[in-house]
Amino acid sequence: MQVRGLNFYYGNVRAITDVNLDVPEHRIVAIIGPSGCGKSTLLRTLNRMSDFVRRSRMDGEVLLDGENIYGTTVDVVDVRRRVGMVFQRPNPFPKSIYENVAFGPRMLGIRNRGDLDGIVERSLRGAALWNEVCDKLKESGLALSGGQQQRLCIARAIAMEPEVILMDEPASALDPVATSKIEDLMRELRESYSIVIVTHNMQQAMRISDDTAFMNVNSQRSGHIVEVGPTKRIFTDPQQKETEDYITGRFG
Amino acid sequence: MQSPRPSGLKSLGSTTGRFRRWWNHGDLPFRAAIALAGILVLVIVLAIGRELWAHSILPREKFGLAFLTTSTWDPVRQQFGALPFIIGTIETSVLALIMAIPAGIGVAIFLAELAPDWLRAPLGTLIELLAAVPSVVFGLWGLFVFIPDVVKPLGNTLHSAFSFVPLFDGPVYGPSRLAASMILAIMILPTITAVTRDVFLALPRTQSEAAFALGATRWEMIARVLVPQSLSGILGAVILGLGRALGETIAVTMVIGNNPDLSASLLHPGYTMASLIANEFSEATNETYVQALIEIGLVLFVITLLLNMIARLLVWRVARRFTGGTA
Repeated sequence: MQVRGLNFYYGNVRAITDVNLDVPEHRIVAIIGPSGCGKSTLLRTLNRMSDFVRRSRMDGEVLLDGENIYGTTVDVVDVRRRVGMVFQRPNPFPKSIYENVAFGPRMLGIRNRGDLDGIVERSLRGAALWNEVCDKLKESGLALSGGQQQRLCIARAIAMEPEVILMDEPASALDPVATSKIEDLMRELRESYSIVIVTHNMQQAMRISDDTAFMNVNSQRSGHIVEVGPTKRIFTDPQQKETEDYITGRFG
Repeated sequence: MQSPRPSGLKSLGSTTGRFRRWWNHGDLPFRAAIALAGILVLVIVLAIGRELWAHSILPREKFGLAFLTTSTWDPVRQQFGALPFIIGTIETSVLALIMAIPAGIGVAIFLAELAPDWLRAPLGTLIELLAAVPSVVFGLWGLFVFIPDVVKPLGNTLHSAFSFVPLFDGPVYGPSRLAASMILAIMILPTITAVTRDVFLALPRTQSEAAFALGATRWEMIARVLVPQSLSGILGAVILGLGRALGETIAVTMVIGNNPDLSASLLHPGYTMASLIANEFSEATNETYVQALIEIGLVLFVITLLLNMIARLLVWRVARRFTGGTA
């Protein structure tokens, strides 16, 4: 997935300026930066969830397998099926664990019980949740702990077999133990998917990501990418003064 | 003036200080006032029930359960059977619900999800205004406009197409159960729509986002997330509508024909319990007659209570099934 020359406007305010970003396959790209720099906005342009923002517009391209997802012939529903998303707060449906995971496949028209059972088990195993819930699939997803709920949401996303998974501060509402489980899970997910994660937590970015993009607001209060590169280099040898100031805690 | 307490802080620990703080914050008076209001509701309901029961003793002793199961209503011969009115009330109300529920939910979906911004507020206000139209106006309009222009032609069409179905037996009357049901449907539509729309708007954004992020179309989001999660609220809206339909008097009286007809046909006139009381209370001249009307009131009261309780039970079960304890 590649982002080319992306600008995003809320009304007349340019919220994101000229973003270029590559998301290679089987890598985790972290987007870090201070609050309000447009990290989440950028993330939401990658699966067109930004379409729901009223009076907004964007220009530039987001290429998925070389095809612009904002192209006129592209089906937005298809884009969202190929680019999954996990939100800041766990948001399982008030349905059973099974039905949460089966929600997407059912929309694709999969009715056969055996097929669904297979997808549910595979997805829950993929989200490292199967062993904890395999004997209570009929119970409500809301009865799980916060960390389990977030892994359920990940299972729900990977049930669609997306190519890319977007994660918007997926652990910020969780305790440290649940957070470390999510991080372990992300390292496993990297084997099969590309992942873009927005995080406030620089240690988290350092621990899990392959590449890091540092975003900041410029003098017009518009978000832009200051520097992007392999995570190790960004944190040990930043090329820009701004990046260095941020990662050493001098601001933000 | 010298304060009796040297230190404000110290006084908080003393018994009088604690009481004073409690009293000053209004906890006690507030709690008492609220409890009183709550108890008052219970007392009023029980008192109405008791009065209706006590003042219907003559027909209850004379007819027993036959009051509910026989269909002769003859004040001259002192024969009172309420069956046609009970059936008329339930039939018109249920039919009104069958028409108003899909329409109401549809309009609510449109208002909450699909309508363009500039249309939402005016349309919502218009629908709420519909609920404020006095029912006698609905009755008048029903009698002189709606029946000749809509109900009668519709009745004729239904009769000629489905005359083999007892529901559409002829002859086709204007004032009829069909007319009453349709007027009732129009009258409860704004209630169902407004409450349902508010329930829809209360759906957390995170839930609709979760569906959209999985590639749901707007229709799939509505059908698989919005409506299922709003079921208990929709049921609440339906209860409110049903309550209004069961008790609606004047508009129904004006369009139903007021004839205790026991045929199955919707195209025939009917009679409801509320209409019967409204039509006959002024001419009820002897004690048994008056008490028979009061017993009608008692039956209407009990049916309303029962339907409300059943609906509450449904809401409660649905809500439990979907939230699974913790929410």
